[in-house]
Amino acid sequence: MLRGRAWTFGNNVDTDQIIPAKYAIYSLDEKKLGEHAMEGVPDNEGWAQRVASGDIVVGGSNFGCGSSREIAPIAIRGAGIACVIADSYARIFFRNAINLGYPILQSPQAAEAIEAGDELEVDLEEGVIRNFTKGDEYRAEAFPEFMTELVRMGGLVPWVRKRLAEARGGRR
Amino acid sequence: MTEKILARASGREAVQPGDLILARIDFAMGHDLTIPPAGRIMRDQMGAERVWDPKRVAVVQDHFQPAKDAASATLGRMTREFARDMGIEWYFEVGQGGICHTVLPERGLVLPGELVVGADSHSCTYGALNNFATGIGSTDLACVLSLGELWFRVPETLRFVYHNRLGDWVESKDLILHVIGAIGVDGARSKAMEHTGEALRHLDMEARLTMTNMAIEAGAKNGIMGCDEVTEEYLRGRAQRPYQPVASDPDAVYERTLEIDAEQVPITLAKPMSPDHTAPIDEVAGTRLDQVFIGSCTNSRITDLRRAAKVLEGRRVAPGVRLIVTPSSHEVARQAEREGLIRTFLDAGAAWTTATCGACLGGHMGVLGEGEVCLSTTNRNFPGRMGDPKALVYLANPAVAAASAITGVITHPAEVMREPVPPTPALPRKGGGS
Repeated sequence: MLRGRAWTFGNNVDTDQIIPAKYAIYSLDEKKLGEHAMEGVPDNEGWAQRVASGDIVVGGSNFGCGSSREIAPIAIRGAGIACVIADSYARIFFRNAINLGYPILQSPQAAEAIEAGDELEVDLEEGVIRNFTKGDEYRAEAFPEFMTELVRMGGLVPWVRKRLAEARGGRR
Repeated sequence: MTEKILARASGREAVQPGDLILARIDFAMGHDLTIPPAGRIMRDQMGAERVWDPKRVAVVQDHFQPAKDAASATLGRMTREFARDMGIEWYFEVGQGGICHTVLPERGLVLPGELVVGADSHSCTYGALNNFATGIGSTDLACVLSLGELWFRVPETLRFVYHNRLGDWVESKDLILHVIGAIGVDGARSKAMEHTGEALRHLDMEARLTMTNMAIEAGAKNGIMGCDEVTEEYLRGRAQRPYQPVASDPDAVYERTLEIDAEQVPITLAKPMSPDHTAPIDEVAGTRLDQVFIGSCTNSRITDLRRAAKVLEGRRVAPGVRLIVTPSSHEVARQAEREGLIRTFLDAGAAWTTATCGACLGGHMGVLGEGEVCLSTTNRNFPGRMGDPKALVYLANPAVAAASAITGVITHPAEVMREPVPPTPALPRKGGGS
């Protein structure tokens, strides 16, 4: 169960806004990336410093469009954001989050209703988002089983480890 | 076409949109921003000791190379060492490759019928060569390097049929911007864009690559075209492996078919700050510019440079404007040198740079400051893409870029070409500028 305050963003927030390309030099430093998360959103300087650990990002449609940079979800995670809720996701951002085992939820209803500062609770197992400020509850769309399983096991890394182990076992 | 390739790659008779599959990869690519994390994930976290097939991997130094600062030099070194340690056959060093999405087609590394992935969103470019190609993240790439396979969701397909031919000065860039303007930056989200129709037959391979390059700007998973004489001709003497083209069945099912009369498409630009914020040139002509950039995997191949040089020949860049020309590969630069195009750019007062992604992603050699206005032949203009979030970027074709650099405002190339070339020596003796 995740609990945090909502930070809302519009439609088509692209990866250059989530983490400007110039910070790609910090590709291997999640904390540093986190310090600059969402810095490319116009008039949003210093956002990462205002975020409390456990807060939740709520985006509109096509969240994370643009580049394939995996540092986009990593920067958001690095800023202390517990999960992302959006109306819909651009496909590479979506893949990257699933592969990292980072929780993201797709809920047009929640994206529409939630306002900045709302107190939220997210039940990842049930796919339910509760808005304490508004006294509302929203459902998140269910992802295919394979993707849910990837997130549950911690992403693509443990999945590959398992397959490599099987292959080694098979060779013997 | 997309479904046939994915079925073949996953060892199935057929696949349906929505199916989740595990597919074999024919070719994979990573660059100086994505190889360092992917290499670390592959070796330290996944525990793989070598890549699945060093002959099917390309590693390209292009994004922040030649190194723009000490940190990018470190990424360059890690990329170089990874390629060396893994025995990567297709490693492209600074000065020998260029932008990955120009280099791979140019060297015949991405072929019809194949499943290609690249840790870069514009990897969809290769689809003009009749393959399924898509962009992936670094963990994805680490998985591919370790196992040679990856999970995919089979996309629905949107079919675009282009009738008739493009008009004078109208390029494939205008056509794809027109389409993105019509369907929006999420209009093809996670779907395949299949381009067909008579207008495509008249486009050379480079013009086609410009169209599939921008599939991601409509949110698409991939952009794909059929294999015809133009494709075969391009691949002759270039293809590094035998290949099997794919064609769509006459009764193939599409989620939607969009018909476009190419003849009616005007020169089209994307206004700030989104690639779907399109306008015909008449609407934006006269907009004052600080910088013009001809570069990127979208529009800086040799045919692009030829069209720009034709407009610039004997003319000068306007005072108060800077024109930066970045060829998209080392081979393109060599060819431009042979044809005298570099001379044309230099005489016009343009900055000619080495082949790199450079200014396109706000990396180096043309980053924009607050409030600056740039016309660029690149692919995306979201806030901050080329530098400051308050810089304004217009996307256009290379001939429009050249014409606009000459006048200092957004200009139809025909207007510039109507004026005779000034008889005075192109390069003034002292200084130049205003």
